[in-house]
Amino acid sequence: MSDHQQFSAEELATMDTIVARYPKSRSAIMPLLHFVQSIDGYVTPRGLETIASKLGLETAEVTAVSTFYTQYKNEPVGEYHVGICINTLCAVMGGDAIYEATTEHLGIGNHETTNDGKVSLERIECNAACDYAPVVMVNWEFFDNQSPQSVTQLVDDLREGKPVRPTRGPNSLRTWKQNSAVLAGLPDGLAHEGVQAGAPTLLGLNIAANPQTSPEAN
Amino acid sequence: MTTLTPVLSKNWNEADSFTLTGYKRAGGYVGLEKALKQTPDEVIALVKESGLRGRGGAGFPTGNKWSFIPQGDSKAHYLVVNADESEPGTCKDMPLLLANPHSLIEGIIIGSYAIRANHAFIYLRGEVVHVFRRVQQAITDAYAAGLLGKNILGSGFDLELTLHAGAGAYICGEETALLDSLEGFRGQPRLRPPFPAIAGLYAMPTVVNNVESIASVPSILAQGVPWFQAMGTEKSKGFTLYSLSGHVTNPGQFEAPLGITLREILALAGGIRPGHQLKFWTPGGSSTPIFTAEHLDVPLDYEGVSAAGSMLGTKALQIFDETTCVVRAALRWSEFYKHESCGKCTPCREGTWWLVQMLKDLEAGKGSEADLEKLLDLCDNIAGRSFCALADGAVAPIISTLKYFRAEYIEHQIQRGCPFDPVAATLFPTGTVDKINKIAEVGEAAEMVGA
Repeated sequence: MSDHQQFSAEELATMDTIVARYPKSRSAIMPLLHFVQSIDGYVTPRGLETIASKLGLETAEVTAVSTFYTQYKNEPVGEYHVGICINTLCAVMGGDAIYEATTEHLGIGNHETTNDGKVSLERIECNAACDYAPVVMVNWEFFDNQSPQSVTQLVDDLREGKPVRPTRGPNSLRTWKQNSAVLAGLPDGLAHEGVQAGAPTLLGLNIAANPQTSPEAN
Repeated sequence: MTTLTPVLSKNWNEADSFTLTGYKRAGGYVGLEKALKQTPDEVIALVKESGLRGRGGAGFPTGNKWSFIPQGDSKAHYLVVNADESEPGTCKDMPLLLANPHSLIEGIIIGSYAIRANHAFIYLRGEVVHVFRRVQQAITDAYAAGLLGKNILGSGFDLELTLHAGAGAYICGEETALLDSLEGFRGQPRLRPPFPAIAGLYAMPTVVNNVESIASVPSILAQGVPWFQAMGTEKSKGFTLYSLSGHVTNPGQFEAPLGITLREILALAGGIRPGHQLKFWTPGGSSTPIFTAEHLDVPLDYEGVSAAGSMLGTKALQIFDETTCVVRAALRWSEFYKHESCGKCTPCREGTWWLVQMLKDLEAGKGSEADLEKLLDLCDNIAGRSFCALADGAVAPIISTLKYFRAEYIEHQIQRGCPFDPVAATLFPTGTVDKINKIAEVGEAAEMVGA
């Protein structure tokens, strides 16, 4: 990490392409913050200063935006950032138990990172996958239908560097920095990987196609 | 019995449903061709006539919204798609975009053509990287196929489409907060008027539509207004996605005509999980007042749900059985609204904080019956006293749970604690969680697979 060094010429040029997407440059703040996280892992002072200078803003104005949004981190997170949904439905169906088991297993709390820098934990709000509850996100990829056992295994695998595959996502899990680049609008070429839909997504469609498979008909 | 009507979801069981090829094979981009042969005003009139209403919560007629954009004003117009799906329980737009992003893109081209916008934006919540990948790839492919960019399909119509990732703020699903966020500010709601149709993105005339609303447009163009109107009820036309989650045998998405009932959907889903009974449910996310078993036959359309005292919202049917503590549910939702309050308006910023304090005490059995009146009084000083509907949403779970389950709140006080076992409400068998913790400690967690 080179927090006090200037970004490379290539990185600065990428920032210019991000700014060019918008009719007004200030709109580029959010993708630029994702981009800074893709290089530094979190929103660093040099990131804030560079964005401010690119957009003709005060650093404080960029900081004000950055601190409003929970995905922008003001300190490093793990290579794998594990978000456990503790909104009502996931919590009731097991999210609270998953969080308790995971925090105890790792010995870290909310917004904390393991000593090896591999895994950080966050209690997250609803992630729009309630038909797959309880839901866990790692680097904002879906891990559906989780249990305390599956998540303690998952974080062990992440720490040991074993291959991990999201339920509805690319064939193998990418790092926090790599996924931050995707959110900055820089494609990684993995859109075609993974399923188009999980079973709950297809439930109504399959019942409509084959009414005899409906549980009611049985 | 209502028949399911897969339209947006009709090709989702094809492995390549998210590709341009897969979408075209299922009849995609036919609606666009038809739209481009009409004038923009004709397209607006057709969408108006269809009766399509917003699928994101408020239910405002989509065609009317489009018609509010001033024409011939020589200003830039914008179409902004709200893909910030974050309302607790809501899980329709993300699977839609994962499986079928081109239905949204086709709808965006038609909508932009209708309102004379040459630049459109998709504001997608940031916490769904694979959905971002799919939408971005679909946009790239649409450009390559001449469906975006200059002179689309030889029509002379130009459109740029920009995908923008949010960064974790529920409030940005509120349309004016979304616009502030997209302009590069903290996502805080604006005072209205002026409405976005007059002064929206960059103070220019702007339409903000939900993903599902826009994605529904191509099918109306392709198959016609009578086809669309044959589905649904008198004032709630067409099909929509209902998302069933919680204590049910089979959770999932059901695309059905508006007006289907929860009883019908539950029958298709195999009912409540075995051995349990329905206790309460939300018709459209946590901001819509809860229902109980007495509402199983309420028609799930805009008027039906409203008449029964709630809102259709996002059609997020979150189902809770008798093992769920209603006070715990209300507390957890309140913690969500406190966390997501943007802080602009004092009643919401301070009020949601106090709601959490009071509910924590009530859940712990520390309150008194007088506290319930104080809680309602607090709600009365939050709802309707802020810029946006987050404040109204924050009080909905509290007022409605008190309405149907006041005795359960009081039972907490009598027992000086919560009378429920949270483990019984999980999907794991009773006692499993403690066992898992113990076993995990000694490294034998694998033996508990299948819990």
